[in-house]
Parts: sequence; structure tokens; C-alpha cells
Amino acid sequence: MTDTSPGSPTSGHGFETHAYDVVVIGAGGAGLRAAVAAHDAGARVAIVCKSLLGKAHTVMAEGGIAAAMGNVYPDDNWQVHFRDTMRGGKMLNNWRMAQLHAQEAPKRVLELEEWGALFDRTTDGLISQRDFGGHRYARLAHVGDRTGLEMIRTLQQRVVELGIDVYMECTVTDLLRDGDQVSGAFAYWRESGRFLVFQTPTVVLATGGIGKSYQVTSNSWEYTGDGHALALRTGASLINMEFVQFHPTGMVWPPSVRGILVTESVCGDGGVLRNSEGKRFMFDNIPEFFRAETADNEEEADRWYDDKRNNRRPPELLPRDEVARAINSEIKAGRGSPHGGVFLDIASRRDAAFIRRRLPSMYHQFKELADVDITAEPMEVGPTCHYVMGGVEVDADTGASTVEGLYAAGEVAGGMHGSNRLGGNSLSDLLVFGRRAGLNAAYYAGRMGSARPAVSDQAVKAAAEHALAPFTDEGGENPYTIQKDLQDLMQRLVGIIRKKEELEESLTELQSLNRRAENLTVEGHRQYNPGWHLALDLPNMLRVSECIARAALVREESRGGHTRDDFPKPSEEWGTLNLVLTESGGEISIKEQPLPVMPGELRQLFEEK
Amino acid sequence: MGYDLSMRLWRGDRSGGELADYVVAVEEGEVVLDAIHRVQATQAGDLAVRWNCKAGKCGSCSAEINGRPRLLCMTRLSDFEPEETITVTPMRTFPVIRDLVTDVSYNYEKAKEVPAFAPTPPDKDGNRRMMQADVERGQEFRKCIECFLCQDTCHVIRDHDDNKSSFAGPRFFLRYAELDMHPLDTNDRRKLAQGAAGLGMCNITKCCTEVCPEHIKITDNAIIPMKERVVDRRYDPVVWLGSKILRREQRNET
Amino acid sequence: MTAGLLGAGRARIPQKTLRKDRWWLAPAATFVVFAAFVVYATWRAFTGELYYAKPYLSPFYSPCLTTECLEGSSDFGSPITWWALSPALIILVFPLGFRMTCYYYRKAYYRAFWLSPPACAVAEPHGKYSGETRFPLILQNLHRWFWYAAVAVGAVLTFDAVLAFRNEDGEWGHMGLGTLIFVVNVVLIWLYTLGCHSCRHIVGGRLRHFSKHPVRYRLWGLVSKLNEKHARYAWLSLFSVAIADLYVYLLARGTIEDLRFF
Repeated sequence: MTDTSPGSPTSGHGFETHAYDVVVIGAGGAGLRAAVAAHDAGARVAIVCKSLLGKAHTVMAEGGIAAAMGNVYPDDNWQVHFRDTMRGGKMLNNWRMAQLHAQEAPKRVLELEEWGALFDRTTDGLISQRDFGGHRYARLAHVGDRTGLEMIRTLQQRVVELGIDVYMECTVTDLLRDGDQVSGAFAYWRESGRFLVFQTPTVVLATGGIGKSYQVTSNSWEYTGDGHALALRTGASLINMEFVQFHPTGMVWPPSVRGILVTESVCGDGGVLRNSEGKRFMFDNIPEFFRAETADNEEEADRWYDDKRNNRRPPELLPRDEVARAINSEIKAGRGSPHGGVFLDIASRRDAAFIRRRLPSMYHQFKELADVDITAEPMEVGPTCHYVMGGVEVDADTGASTVEGLYAAGEVAGGMHGSNRLGGNSLSDLLVFGRRAGLNAAYYAGRMGSARPAVSDQAVKAAAEHALAPFTDEGGENPYTIQKDLQDLMQRLVGIIRKKEELEESLTELQSLNRRAENLTVEGHRQYNPGWHLALDLPNMLRVSECIARAALVREESRGGHTRDDFPKPSEEWGTLNLVLTESGGEISIKEQPLPVMPGELRQLFEEK
Repeated sequence: MGYDLSMRLWRGDRSGGELADYVVAVEEGEVVLDAIHRVQATQAGDLAVRWNCKAGKCGSCSAEINGRPRLLCMTRLSDFEPEETITVTPMRTFPVIRDLVTDVSYNYEKAKEVPAFAPTPPDKDGNRRMMQADVERGQEFRKCIECFLCQDTCHVIRDHDDNKSSFAGPRFFLRYAELDMHPLDTNDRRKLAQGAAGLGMCNITKCCTEVCPEHIKITDNAIIPMKERVVDRRYDPVVWLGSKILRREQRNET
Repeated sequence: MTAGLLGAGRARIPQKTLRKDRWWLAPAATFVVFAAFVVYATWRAFTGELYYAKPYLSPFYSPCLTTECLEGSSDFGSPITWWALSPALIILVFPLGFRMTCYYYRKAYYRAFWLSPPACAVAEPHGKYSGETRFPLILQNLHRWFWYAAVAVGAVLTFDAVLAFRNEDGEWGHMGLGTLIFVVNVVLIWLYTLGCHSCRHIVGGRLRHFSKHPVRYRLWGLVSKLNEKHARYAWLSLFSVAIADLYVYLLARGTIEDLRFF
């Protein structure tokens, strides 16, 4: 609601115009951290976000921030964290990103504390750390089960303190280019529907993910893949788009909350998964890769909670892709719960006071939304679309995309998590790479001096016409209907388990949705009109969905967040390849690209035990 | 199972508006926001409503349901009789933008007025040590999801527009209290809380605590302790004497 | 007149509230009960008689400090010689001030008597509002002074309750229904006085580091527990003090006889 700013007067196109060195799109953890970094590097920065400040999806993160601080287990260090991350991603991660992430995360956490975050403490007064799936040591800095909220509030308050301009409820619909460089962004105010133009040599994409393309998702309406689509349209490339993480435990009942997350901490604190026969089915689903470190009987698994050194972890704490697949197959085999999930039981294993203390917001969530008392009865849970590992292909050190002046950080960037992300690695990813992208964008703008790329009036006018199209077409489709059809299609054909025929079918159906979406009609006027907003987000969702389906069709193996029924095993050959997607002339093309090669001293970490 | 729900939704903008009647099919287990979304998808595509997480964690979908400030996503339809008409209006303390969406910029302006956290330097190893007992009070306040329902219900501004300039509201008293109780903060915010933020305007009628969806005890744990801290500084003869005799800076009571 | 619900830019909704529940019930009940207590207490405080029935001294009149006091009721002497009105008036100022400035009572009477606001999200009738920033309401900040006094009053009432373990002849080791009422009353008064928000602040709330003051932290925890029930004890102790007074009145008037246990 910042209407004015140190901007320049409007130009020939007649729209409100602002000039900045760095424009950050998105105000989640990565966007805010990027803005703070760019500001610290001396740049004039704007944050543009679709919602109000402080509402971004980061608030939903529950478990914690993974950082090898060694506060609970002194044996922990960045090498172990790096190794866990790479193994969790099935070695498909960009090794350099994983390394930087593991090395810098502890510093980023301490920074939050310096800005006012109040983490839970150890008895020595240090930041406490908790166990999570896939992490060898207790490593997640946390605040109860609302760590994301703490993080976003801290960064938000920092942004306010620094006086960074924030354009709230403002959506970017197009990036503008001058030749091959970024020169600006075109946006509209959600409140008034008026257009505005940012003149800027750098844009940091921090728009989050794509979950809204699926029916059952933990993501909010904002997750429409805007950054992915903007990057593609601007000429940047996406990688790893076939890898979509389905969180194993989302709520399945009542229908209105289907998909909302149940934190993995439930399992970390003693919760177990059972099928309708009461069996802990995860013991039958331990993959070879993790056999050595996973308990194979209930007795050992139960002892682990108290004695982590001498026992192996319960299989419920395997990486998310493994658990999600196992739950999926239990349900398919007819051993699911009444509402189509499985049972997550902590009530019979821990006393009520313990549950309420350790999992306060889960207790509330179930009590208030589902009328289920998790201290007395089991929860019903099932997989829910949670996170996309794929994203804009970026340089590991700087966050720069293949387009000059375009940067990406957080969920919208690809590579860091390989084929599967570990819980807790997302918040740390936002901080580490948000900062790097912000700094490097500011440096780039600084090096450029006053010779800025130009915004062409023509491009601006085209963007405005494009944005207004849904008002001029009559008798077209209702955007809500197409969104629903898209979600249904992605859930059905490009879900957890995929096969060739279904993926091909999905591409055909996407084609027809694309055609229908060319002719959208919305009622009403431009002032705060959600129908219009959706009509502008929808092409992004369709584009990103197509990328997922295409990449999923090409990758003929199963790995992490990509499971092919017709190729159930990982293949060595695919294990060294990324799939890179680019767009030109409205068509998406896809090519294989070898992974960056890990240097010898890091490779050693995987050989020693 | 499912039934037809009668709703009255306020439609309009700054120039005026009215409660419009809708009948919408709803299912068991749904919340008010689901019903509104269905109205939006099938009957009124341009119905404006602000929302995000739909799980009570982001605090976007604040509105007034049957006259009471609530989150649309945390109000279950089963709290009402099936034949009851549910009336939803925008928050009535803030200027309306359109339909159920209000302009909450008042709150963002007030946020800018709170002096930032200013910690003591870290220990030699780079860590800052704080004990759990010392951070717990602040942690309660940091549960705040900034839904601004406390601001909406507070009669100081709800019923008196002209107080908005001199009153920060419960959400920011929470923030003042959090910083004042922070084990490492070095600022003294009591003067400011009493003066610029308008702590003295609060007559502790506790409506903020009643509406808080996070069940933060705003009045008992933040506002009243802040009022007491102000009393320490300005109205308590014993404390005043103590500080004179012992020459102890009040801020430094550890 | 300042603009409220129809202030600048707000949604034009004419109703002062759209609440459908019986929001008026709580303030109405508070109004009736408080008003009844005020009437009763005023009458009793001004009468200046029938407040002492051996061994019971009505809590409204304790400590009785003037030369007007009934014989045997002045356990702390009669230092005040210049006061001709009822002796209750001198002493009642303190508990009255304590309760008038109490954070809970303030909420209750601002709502029930001032209608400011009558209930949450129900518009208040006043055109201007300055809260507790000006005289006289700025005096609410003196709550802590009254709390210091209330501790002293509590001590005196405790003393009275101890004295109630005598019989009419002043012999120890006896107990009647009055003793029980006095003990219950004084316990409730302490639960109310120690659960006070000012007390909570003084014992530990004002600290920045609980961890450096383990004893005060524990005390703060205990007071916080009481404080959560402050409203309940405010009401119960109000009733109990009235009942204790009424019992003494009825005894002194000879309407009833004290039920002696032993």
C-alpha cells in the first residue's frame, strides 16, 4: 500500500513508474532475506508481493531450520549436513549449492537471532535443535511447531526497520527486457487494478512454488508458479521440474482442510503410521539405500527415542518421498483409513500433556478444524503436494539465472535439493540463497552504474493489453472452472506415481486446457477482483504444469520426488543428468544436461562411513 | 451431510454497499471460508475476500461473522444451526476496499513506529545465550499471526476514528511488551509505549484477548505488565525512592 | 462527536452491532450485582452500628481506629479522635480504592456502568474517549499503592480471623459458624489480593531475566496461577466480605445466634 516511493515520474506509457536497483518479487523467507542483503549492499530495493507483508507461505513451515550448529550433538558439522542433503536428494543435487547451504546455514540462523527471533533453548542457553527425517543429528533450530512464522516475522521486522519499500498486494505479470538484459517489471495493484512499472536492472525471483496446480496441496492460492513462468518467458531455463515433493502427512478429513500439513515432528516425537489392520507398514517399506541406518523392528525403533546412539531410527522418519510412496501404496491396496488416508497415531504412545506441550499448533489444528483430539485418537493422514524441487537454473554462488539481471532464490530456484528435499532444509535454503541472490543482484546493479537498460513503452503497452484481455473477451471460460480441471488433471495423471500413458494423456489434456484458457472471461471491474487475478495467474499454472509433465515423461526412472510405475528403479545413467526446460516462441523444449561434477574431497565424504 | 446454507455477505466499497443474500450448498466439516469460496466460484466471481493459508496460520481472512471478529478459515459451519443465516461483513474498524477486504495499512504504519530490537553484543564464541525461562514470555507474543482482529475489536479505535493517530493498538502493545521483556534488548520502550503508542488509552476491557485466534493473553500478559512497567517509572514512590537511593538505573533490573 | 463505525472509508453498515447472541447479559448481571453491593455497603458503612458481636468484628469496620468505636472492637487502639462519622469510612477507603483500581474490576465496570464498550464489537455510546490518560482515570495508576494498603488490610483481617477462635468471653480454642465464615473470607481475600496484577509484577513480572532469580520466578509462577483466576476471586471475595458483615450484623442485632461448634 505504498503508493509512492522514490521513483521517477511516469513515462510515455502513462503508468505509475518506480526506479530501483533491485526489485525482489515475493515476500517469503527468500524474498525478505534477499531484500535485506541487497539493502545492506547499498542498493535501492523494492519488495513486490501478492499478499500482505508477513502472510507468505513461509509461515506454514513448522518443523525448523536445518543448520549444523552442533548445539545438541557436537559431532555435527557442515560435512555431515552436506552428506545428508545429498543423500536425501538421491545425489542429484547441485553439489556446490548443497555445500554452501550446509556451510552457511548456522550463520544465517544466528543472524535471525540478532534481529529478534526467539528460538527454543537448550539448557545451556543455546539454540535448541530437533530431530527430523533424513537428518543424522538433531539439527533443526525451532520455535515449537511454528518456526516459519518466527522466521518471517523476524525478517519482516528487519525489513521495516531498514525502511525498505514494500509493494503489498501487487502482482507482477511480466518481466521487461532490453535486449538480453532484464530492464524492469510490469505489475498491477490488486486493490485498485491499476498498473505500475518498475524500472530495474535486476529482479530477484522469490515467488515460491507451484502447489496450487494440484488438488490436494499444503500450498496456498499464491503458489501458482509465477516465478517459474516469468523466468521461462524471459528466456531463463528451469531444471529438475519432474521432482515434486508430496509430503507424506497431510490432513485428509474434513474435505475443507484436505492437504493441510501435519508436521513431521509428530513422528519425531513418537508418532507412528498404521494401516487399517493396525500394522506399522513402514517396516515393510525400507529401501536398500537406507537399510543400514533404519530400525527393522518395533522394539529397536521405540528405543531410539530415548537412546539415539545405540539404536537405529524408526522407518517413519525416512525421507519424505519414501514415506509418501509407502502410504500411497497402502491406500491403493485397500488398507487405508475411512477417509482415504492412513492412521498417524501418537495418542496411544505419548501422554496428553506431552503431546500438547510438544505439538501445540497440531493439537489446535485438529481440534479446531477437524474436531479430532489428537491426544485421544489417531489422525488420518495422506500425501499432499508440498514442494517443488525444480526451479530456475541458477549459478550456485550468485543465484544468477541464465538471463542477465535475473536472479532466483528459495523454492523457485532449482538444484539445491536434487530429487527430494529434506525437511528443515527449506528454511535454511531461503536464508542462505536469499542472501546470496540479494547481494549479487545489488553488486550487479552497482557495477552497471548509471547506464541502465531501458523499458520500452511498447513492451509496457503490450503487457497492459495482455493483462486486460479477460475483460474484453465475452462468452469465454470461467477461470475457476479451468483451475479446478487443471488440479484434477495433475492429481490424476501427474501425481505421486506416474506412467508413460498417463503422462502422455496429461499433455494432451493440458493442450486443450491451454486452448480453453486463451479465452477467459471475468465479471466485474478491476478493483480487487479475484476472478481477474486468477485469470492472470492461470497461464502460469498451466505453463508450469506442462513443464512438470514433460520432464516426468522424459525421465525414465524412479528417484526422489519422481516415481514411474513403468520404471520403478533408479538408473545409474539418469543419476548423472538434469533435465533442462526452456521456452521459445511459446513452445517448451527439453534437453538433458550432465550434473556438475563434485570435487574429490567432497566425494570422499560418501565413501567413508 | 450437505445442506443449503443461507448467507448474507456485505458487498460494496467505500461509496456504499449492502448485505446481499446468497444460498450455497455446503458439506459436512466445512468452514465459513469454504462457503464463501463456493459463492465466489459459482455465483459471484468478483466477490473480494482476502485469504492465504486457510489453516489459521497466516491471519489474512479476518472478518466479522454475525457481528463477531473471527478468522473465516477457523470458523466451522458446525458452530451454527443449519437453518441459521450467517452474516459476514468486513472488519468495521478499517476502511473497506471492496466486499470483505479492508485496508489494514493502519497496522503497517504503526509497526514502523516501534523502535527496533537492539541486542547486546554476542558472547566471544559468536553465540547469544538466553535461557528458556527468559524467552518464554516473548515467545507467547510472537505467536501473533497479525490477523489484526484485536485491532478491529478494540473500541478505542473502532468507535473513535480520531484516536487512530495516537494509539498503536493491542497488536503493538504485544510487540512493545515482547521487546521490553527480551533478555538481550537494550532499549527502554516504556516512555514511548505510554506516550506515542497510547498505552494509557487502553481501559483493559479485554476484547482483544477474547478475539485472539492464537489465544494469546494479550491483556493479562502484555498490556497490564506494560502498564505496570510504566507505573514503575512514573507512579510508584517506592521504586522511585529505590532508584534514587541505590542509584540504580531502572532499566537494568535484571 | 467523533466518527466511529461510520468513520472515514469504513463499510457503510448502519447497525451498531450485528451480534446475535445475548451479549448484554454479562454486563447487565455485573451491573445488578455491583449496584446491589454498593447499596448494601453504603448503608452498612454509614450506619456506624451493629458491627461488632463478640468475638466477631465486621470486616467493614476493621481495624476500628476512632474513639467512636464500640467497646472491645478496637484491637489496635483508638488513635483517631477527631472523626465523628462512622469509623468504617476511614478504613473502607483502602479496600474500596484497591478494588476500584483493580484491573479486573475496571474491565467489569467500564463495560457494565460506562458501556465503554458494553461488549466486544458493540459500539459504545460516547462521542469522545481518552481512556486512562487524564484525570480522574489516570489515578488508576495508583493501583499499586492500594495494593500495598490491601496487604496491610489483609493482615488485619487475618488477625480478626484468628481472634474469632475465641468465645464470647475471650477464651481461646473455640469456634463457631462465624469463625468459619471469617476464615473462608480471609482466605478468599488473600487469594484475591495475591493474585493481583500489581503483585504479579512486583514479585517477578518486572524482571528481565527470570533465570537469574529462581525464587522470584517461582513466586511469579504461583502468582500467575492465581492471577488467571483473578476475576473469580474478585467476585467470591466480594460476596464473602458482604456475607461476613451481614452475619455480624444479624448477630449484633440479635436476629440469629452464632452456631457454636466447640
